[in-house]
Amino acid sequence: MPELAVTLRHLERRFGDFVAVNRISLDVRKGEIFGFLGPNGAGKSTTIRMLCGLLEPTSGQGTVAGYDILTEREEIKRGIGYMSQKFSLYDDLTVEENIDFFSGIYRVPPEKKAGRKAWVLDMAHLQEHRRTRTGLLPGGWKQRLSLGCALLHEPRVLFLDEPTSGVDPLSRRSFWDLIYQLAGEGVTVFVTTHYMEEAEYCDRLALIYRGELVALGTPSEMKGELMADQVLCVSCDRSHEALGVAAAVAGVRDAALFGRDIHLMTEDAAGLAPRLRQSLEAAGFQVDAVERITPSLEDVFVSLIEARDRAEGAQQEFRA
Amino acid sequence: MMETVRTQALTRRFGELVALDQLTLAVAEGEIFGLVGPDGAGKTTTMRLLTGILEPSSGEAWVDGLHAVREAEGIKDRIGYMAQRFGLYPDLTVQENIDFYADLYEVPKAGRSERLERLLAFSNLTPFRRRLAGNLSGGMKQKLGLACALIHTPRVLFLDEPTNGVDPVSRRDFWRILYQLQQERVTIFVSTAYLDEAERCNRIGLLHQGRLMACDTVEGVKGLLKGALLEVRCESPRRAAGVLRAAALGSVALFGDRIHVLAADADRGRAAVEAALQAGGIPVLGLQVIEPTLEDIFTSAIPEAAHA
Amino acid sequence: MSGALNFRRLGAVARKEFIHVLRDPRALAIAIVLPMIMLMIFGYALTMDLDRVPLAVWDQSRTPQSRELISRFEGSRYFSVGARPGSYAEVEDALARGRTMMALVVPVEFGRRVASGRKVQVQVLTDGSDANTTTLALSYADAIVRGYSQEILVEKARRLTGRPPALPLDLRFRAWFNTDMESRIFIVPGLIAVIMMLITALLTSLTVAREWETGSMEQLISTPLLGSELILGKLAPYFVIGMVDMLLSVLAGRFLFGVPIRGSLALLFGVSAIYLVGALSLGILISTKAKSQLLASQFAFVATFLPAFLLSGFMFDIGNMPTALQAVTYLIPARYFVTFLRGLYLKGTGLAQLWPECLLMVAFGTLMLGLAIRSFKKRLA
Repeated sequence: MPELAVTLRHLERRFGDFVAVNRISLDVRKGEIFGFLGPNGAGKSTTIRMLCGLLEPTSGQGTVAGYDILTEREEIKRGIGYMSQKFSLYDDLTVEENIDFFSGIYRVPPEKKAGRKAWVLDMAHLQEHRRTRTGLLPGGWKQRLSLGCALLHEPRVLFLDEPTSGVDPLSRRSFWDLIYQLAGEGVTVFVTTHYMEEAEYCDRLALIYRGELVALGTPSEMKGELMADQVLCVSCDRSHEALGVAAAVAGVRDAALFGRDIHLMTEDAAGLAPRLRQSLEAAGFQVDAVERITPSLEDVFVSLIEARDRAEGAQQEFRA
Repeated sequence: MMETVRTQALTRRFGELVALDQLTLAVAEGEIFGLVGPDGAGKTTTMRLLTGILEPSSGEAWVDGLHAVREAEGIKDRIGYMAQRFGLYPDLTVQENIDFYADLYEVPKAGRSERLERLLAFSNLTPFRRRLAGNLSGGMKQKLGLACALIHTPRVLFLDEPTNGVDPVSRRDFWRILYQLQQERVTIFVSTAYLDEAERCNRIGLLHQGRLMACDTVEGVKGLLKGALLEVRCESPRRAAGVLRAAALGSVALFGDRIHVLAADADRGRAAVEAALQAGGIPVLGLQVIEPTLEDIFTSAIPEAAHA
Repeated sequence: MSGALNFRRLGAVARKEFIHVLRDPRALAIAIVLPMIMLMIFGYALTMDLDRVPLAVWDQSRTPQSRELISRFEGSRYFSVGARPGSYAEVEDALARGRTMMALVVPVEFGRRVASGRKVQVQVLTDGSDANTTTLALSYADAIVRGYSQEILVEKARRLTGRPPALPLDLRFRAWFNTDMESRIFIVPGLIAVIMMLITALLTSLTVAREWETGSMEQLISTPLLGSELILGKLAPYFVIGMVDMLLSVLAGRFLFGVPIRGSLALLFGVSAIYLVGALSLGILISTKAKSQLLASQFAFVATFLPAFLLSGFMFDIGNMPTALQAVTYLIPARYFVTFLRGLYLKGTGLAQLWPECLLMVAFGTLMLGLAIRSFKKRLA
């Protein structure tokens, strides 16, 4: 039985009549990189605030790093690190001054300060730039520095909020290598984002929508068994015109242009493919290929959310 | 084919910094062209140079046949531009914002309300026409920005990171609108930092530190990656990644529960991966050749080109 | 191509600006209420008439003669007799602690010497920290003492000759225009000029800077909108607010401060409109240069309030300034408006006398508007 870093049981938060977080239960293992996904306003930040001890749940329980989110909020604050894309490093301070400042904020004991500073400089490869003003560093370096500052007090759980949005792919790559290394050392990493590119790096994902947990699994599980729809990619000429024809074929749930191709969502790709080719050719299009493709995480995300909307729509009609 | 946007060694410096370095490219009429690159690559500078609101340090550009410096004001009648920051007025309603831009572009009163209704319907904003723009969600704000940029039926649309901060569902809606516009022969010049989004464009230009690293169709750019990309799924992927790196099989990248290995040859690479993992005592759950993503291109192909 | 001013675009900008103003009730309230508050505060605080100066009296003589002198001070509206110290130490203490501003010391021999017709000295000690007030207070004290001593002289002569003597010179004083010499009648018109300058420039200093700050400007300059259309469109709503402020100030001056208007109301508002265009354009000029709201408002404050307050002739008489500074005052538009308003309010003068000021204000307005339009660039830096 692996040690659990975060446990949530029926966690709920209401603001008046509005249910921001609706009875969420999940576990995050120690050393796991856990992605928490959802559109803006889905309840991501409300959940994070409860986990960090900044907001009290309306009902339910939870623990973070072994501490109770209801009764041990101060312990939680000392035991976690937090970093976001907008992490507030001071641009007019040098690298070293920023580290010293955050050491003070996190109350790193004096005998440990020098050692932690050396660790951050080493981890972020900033030894030679310790006296450089932070504002002059390239984006990827700044990001490593802010990660280092969030880790000064050796937190056991690290929260990352859209940590690499807008960063170039090379820096993103080296950032995630650092995160994997940390996770290997037993730090639990909790990532919130709505960028699928960041989600791809996580060990396990939770999709939250309208306050509810819609899906939970590894990225491969999400693209496989958890994805209700399958994705067909059609390459043909005049795809703009073909789109309408393809969308009208029975069994097509959704059709969208994707560059010059058409992506179709369906429950039965194998059954649909021949009928689709037939319909398009009958309408005079030259079909180059119809193939089932691995859905992207974005496909999964959109498909799950639309399925939820359909279910709720049906429910509302039923009630009315 | 007619070229709607053309640049010739377009360069812009800010003091010491070269924000855009000798950009030369052409965009055909009715094309969706994606300018792809991370923050600070020069995307916004390019947009501003082409829309006539920033002057180049050297080089030239033409938009819809007009010179971007000498005929900048003429260009402004023919283009729609959506800046990266939401540029509309939060204290004006949806309709007031659109009306304001309609007046600025002197959209004739006749036929204007039909155009307005169409744009509102098109962007699903009809129920919100009397809502203050500041009270719209991120996705709706972007659609309102688009509606304002389209009120005068421009020939070219410049969109600077239009889906930044917008969730995937709204993003899909937004692209659905762009494809509809393409059918009306509007040329769309869009910038993005998201590589998955770039795959929706007809052609893309990869911008890195102000320089154009590649400019082709998505397939063409993906062809830049020499060799085969293998996706490995196995037990304890982190340890496996270490084993594969140690075996020096080529570039190895960990993505959560999957490992990407770039091998010179598909079959030999596959065999080598299996052998290495078997030797490490790691059971393989899946191993397949996958199509590279633009992210793979950026991490593998760009560094070589940048240093060449 | 669109080279000429287009009224539809101008109207669109004006309409949008009106909406901004109307949808922000707090900003609108400030635009209307702030000038009123300033008028109240400065109107009452700056009144230069001396009234009830606290006076301590040490009467060492304690005779009918000394009491007569003191009663003259008590009867004057300029003094208010308070403390009655009994020693120099107490006098000094009262002055030092600011309990009194002036002290009158009547010597022991006062009664005796006055009765016997001999010369006697009374001593007045003042807190000279505020030189202006002290000078004024001293002159009032001097007048009281002289009056008393003149009466003694006249009485003495009457006793000797049996009839009152004819004094060699008799000053008959009459102030024109401000008959009661109440300074508020002089202050209020000048104050209106200063306040209008500050408020209007502050209002517009934010408008262009705000659009740069929020990012809407980047959108605007990508359209065919011309600089002149933008600037004129932005002026419109603030011009209306400015005229409302002007009307309220004139009403407050008339009915709260009781300042009569002798000249033509049409001329008053006509020239105010010209002055407003200049001040509003100055604000916009500052705004186009600053690109941040904070910087713009600070600069607008320094660039309008201080010169208008100090160099317009409102506070300090320009004639008494060093020549170099006098030259500078010609560049301060508030100088002309202060002169104009004072002339119109107090003397009822019209264009016949005030045309040079009016002409200079037209020049100022045109120049500022031209500069504001020219300084607005449809380019990013």
